[in-house]
Amino acid sequence: MQKESKIRDPLILGNKTYHDITRDIARPVEGKANKYWWILFSLAAVLMLWGFACMAYTIGTGIGAWGLNRTVNWAWDITNFVWWIGIGHAGTLISAVLLLFRQKWRMAINRSAEAMTIFGVAQAALFPLIHMGRPWLAYWVFPIPNQFGSLWVNFNSPLLWDVFAISTYFSVSCVFWYIGLIPDFAMLRDRIDKKLSPMKKNLYGLMAFGWSGKAKHWQRFEEVCLVLAGLATPLVFSVHSIVSMDFATSIIPGWHTTIFPPYFVLGALFSGFAMVETLLIIMRKVVNMEAYITIKHIEYMNVIILFTGSLVGVAYITELFMAWYSGVEFEQYAFLNRATGPYWWAYASMMTCNVVIPQLYWIYKIRTSFVATFILSIFVNIGMWFERFVIIVTSLHRDFLPSSWTMFSPTFIDIGIFVGTIGFFFVLFLLYARAFPVIAQAEIKSILKSSGSEYKK
Amino acid sequence: MRDKIIHAIFDDEQDVLTVVKDLKDSNIVVNEVYSPFPIHGLDPILGLKETRMAITAFIYGCIGLSFGGLLIYYIMISGVGKSWPMNIGGKPNSTFYHNLPSFVPIIFECTVLFAAHLMSITYLIRNNLYPGSKTTSPDPRTTDDKFLVEILYNEDKNNVVRLLEKSNVTEINEKDES
Repeated sequence: MQKESKIRDPLILGNKTYHDITRDIARPVEGKANKYWWILFSLAAVLMLWGFACMAYTIGTGIGAWGLNRTVNWAWDITNFVWWIGIGHAGTLISAVLLLFRQKWRMAINRSAEAMTIFGVAQAALFPLIHMGRPWLAYWVFPIPNQFGSLWVNFNSPLLWDVFAISTYFSVSCVFWYIGLIPDFAMLRDRIDKKLSPMKKNLYGLMAFGWSGKAKHWQRFEEVCLVLAGLATPLVFSVHSIVSMDFATSIIPGWHTTIFPPYFVLGALFSGFAMVETLLIIMRKVVNMEAYITIKHIEYMNVIILFTGSLVGVAYITELFMAWYSGVEFEQYAFLNRATGPYWWAYASMMTCNVVIPQLYWIYKIRTSFVATFILSIFVNIGMWFERFVIIVTSLHRDFLPSSWTMFSPTFIDIGIFVGTIGFFFVLFLLYARAFPVIAQAEIKSILKSSGSEYKK
Repeated sequence: MRDKIIHAIFDDEQDVLTVVKDLKDSNIVVNEVYSPFPIHGLDPILGLKETRMAITAFIYGCIGLSFGGLLIYYIMISGVGKSWPMNIGGKPNSTFYHNLPSFVPIIFECTVLFAAHLMSITYLIRNNLYPGSKTTSPDPRTTDDKFLVEILYNEDKNNVVRLLEKSNVTEINEKDES
């Protein structure tokens, strides 16, 4: 049996038994949705449908429906893409990296964080798809034998690296998630009364793949999870490094920097943890998981946000320093323009939300408060969106030819699609919270006796 | 032939460890243990060999690495690359090693893709997990909070029951045939 120091804060509160854990985690699935769920779901569904309408309009009329122009030929689409991909990264960090580090607090939050990853990456993938203009030709990005003559993909291009990285990341995340879900679906299958809800029982039976919990199966389960974590860890770092290379391998001042891969990975973890907090602080209330997602979990995540936020701050300053130190006037101007040009407000928002505000987490009272954490996490989400906007638009809008200098303003279609993906994301997450075991109950049970408050007395 | 089965049910994983050890020491066959979560330390007592899942992942990873390398070699250098040579950014595509740095990301992704997916498929096949597969657990409570030890015996029933009764067993269920 695992032993844990008594002075460590408990991770499971209340006098819980194994059966209590089963009951608590099955409750949202077995019960009916409350009023708040329906309100949130309707709101998200409306936004999603609005987003779909805007996407349909874009595909029908062309990319001209967006606010892009010849100077700023990449704007909200890629900003949203990078933002969503970044949000996904915290899920993999929690489920994979923290597993390798044997962090027990990950067990209460990894399931939802991974769900967030998958739903976030799905939103991200929408943007390149609709930016193609003709999404039915999306299969052209894959290296498949074809009749187009020389129309083969170019393996030197970071955009193709992106195709491979994102699709690998998405599918491996799904597999990792599902492997962990199988024993929990089995728990639901065995709990649901066949007479009361035969459909539900059959459905969970189908999804549980006939899991029976034999000793040999658990042994393989643990090894597979460990190896998947080992594979997902370099994968997650590679994905955002490759996303950053979409920019870093170009020759645009402001993009052409070697600091981009680590800087993007850190920013991704930073924004991802903020989104995990935003979601979990609401979820723990809505589905009554207060005993499992405690203030200690929130505090641990806040410490990571403080750490990564400070490193992102260092990266911002390093960029400015390198621009000055390089002696390249284009590079120097790009950064001067970023901070003091017409987009100074975006830069200032980014600096405030990402570097200054997270420093409040040094204060114990703030990092151990649900309300403060929720507010701060929203700031970080906004700040990280601005970071991508700043990097992309401020580097483009004043290019090498001053006669083509211009500004970018989004159309209602741009805004509609972005808002639509937020709606779509919440629709998926809300459905997940009703139909899936939101906490990895098998894992939580395995730490009950070392980290439960009742066993710490 | 041992053809009779006893299902002993426990509330705590520590009791399972103790009882399985005692049964094994008395040369009684413990056929299977069903539990709601992995019990650490059970595998050696039960005599389970180490799983080879990690080795399969390594092999699949090697296959992915070779596949990625060959795919790129065919498309960029030898096959398609010969028929339609591309000169991108002044970097001719006549040799593999000159272009290798920009091929690394995709070769890496192929390695991870193959290792993760094929290992997971192997895991599902080895555990007989697929949609429509039926659970073999004798008691549905084993996914909730009970631990079930399946014991095979023939004539030595009293011995088994005596050992079980010494432990913290909560239920002893007998079955006649396996």
